Amino acid sequence: MDGIITTDDSWEVAGRRFRSRLIVGTGRYKDLPETAAAIEASGAEIVTVAVRRVNTSDPSAPLLQDFVSPERYTYLPNTAGCHTAQEAVRTLRLAREAGGWNLVKLEVLGPPPYLYPDMAGTFEAAAALIADGFEVMVYCADDPVAAKRLEEMGCVAIMPLGAPIGSGMGVVNPYMIRAIKAQARVPVLVDAGIGTASEAAFAMELGCDAVLLNSAIAHAGDPVRMARAMKAAVGAGRDAFLARRMPRDYRADASSPTKGLIAG
Amino acid sequence: MQSPITLTVNGEAKALPAPASVADLLASIGLDGRKVAVERNLEIVPRSLWPVTPLESGDELEIVAFIGGG
Repeated sequence: MDGIITTDDSWEVAGRRFRSRLIVGTGRYKDLPETAAAIEASGAEIVTVAVRRVNTSDPSAPLLQDFVSPERYTYLPNTAGCHTAQEAVRTLRLAREAGGWNLVKLEVLGPPPYLYPDMAGTFEAAAALIADGFEVMVYCADDPVAAKRLEEMGCVAIMPLGAPIGSGMGVVNPYMIRAIKAQARVPVLVDAGIGTASEAAFAMELGCDAVLLNSAIAHAGDPVRMARAMKAAVGAGRDAFLARRMPRDYRADASSPTKGLIAG
Repeated sequence: MQSPITLTVNGEAKALPAPASVADLLASIGLDGRKVAVERNLEIVPRSLWPVTPLESGDELEIVAFIGGG
C-alpha cells in the first residue's frame, strides 16, 4: 500500500478486485438464517466455507448455498480441521469440484489446544496446490521468514494469525504483523484471533489489506450487530492507516492556543 | 440376476442393484447433484462423468458439500 488516498480504496487478490476489506467465516452460527443476516450486515464480499460429508440420510436438509448465495458472495473454501498436507490438498480438490473455482484458503493445523499453523505441512500443501493450479491464500504463523517463503512459492495472500483460532485474544504480536506487511508484495490479512471491533481496527491500522474473522461475529451476543460493528471498524482502521496517525510523545502538547489567555 | 453392489458411502455401508453408476448412487440417495462433489477411491469423479462411471463392490465414496466454516 502506497498510502495515497483515492476514492476507490479497493484491493485485489489473484486478479479479483474487492471493495470490502472484511472477509467473514460462515461457521458457528445458531442457524443458517442468522448466518445470512450477519454476513449481509458485515458487508463482506468473500466468505469462507468448509467442505464436509453430506448427510446422506437427510438429503433435503438445507445447504449453505440456499442462504448464502455463491452468485453474490465469493466462496473461499478452507481446509479447517486438516492436520496434514494430504488432507488439505484432498479437501480443496473436492472443493474445486463442488464449486468450480480455484481461489482457496489453506490452513494446516497443529494439535489442540492452540491449533497453531503447522508450517511444515503448510509448505508441503501450498507447493502441491500451486502446482495443481490453485490460487492459495495461506493461513500461517506470524513469522516473517515463513511468510516471505510462502509468497515466493506463489501464494496469492499471506494470512498470519492474530492469535489462535477462536481465541478472541486480538492481535498479540503486532510488530511481526507489521514486519510481514512491510516486506510483502501480495495482500496480507490478519486471520484468526480477532475478538471485537477495536481489534479489527487495530489490525487495519497496522497496514493489513484486510481482516478475516468468524467467531468474533458468530459468538457475539448479538451477531448481526457485531457484524455491523466489524464493518465500521475495518473501515475506520483502514482510514486511520491511510490518514497516517500523529506521533506519540510522553509529554503534553496543548491543543488550544496559549496566546490570549484571560489570566495572561 | 446380478447380486447387489456393496459400497462404503461417507463411511457407511450401502448396497445398490447392479449395474449402477455414480449418477445412480446420487439419485438413490436423493441428492441435488449441483451442490456436491464426489470422490471414488480417493479420485475425484468430475460431474460430467457421473453417468458413465460404473460402481464396483468395495468402492469407497465420499460425497461432500460446502457448510459453514471459518
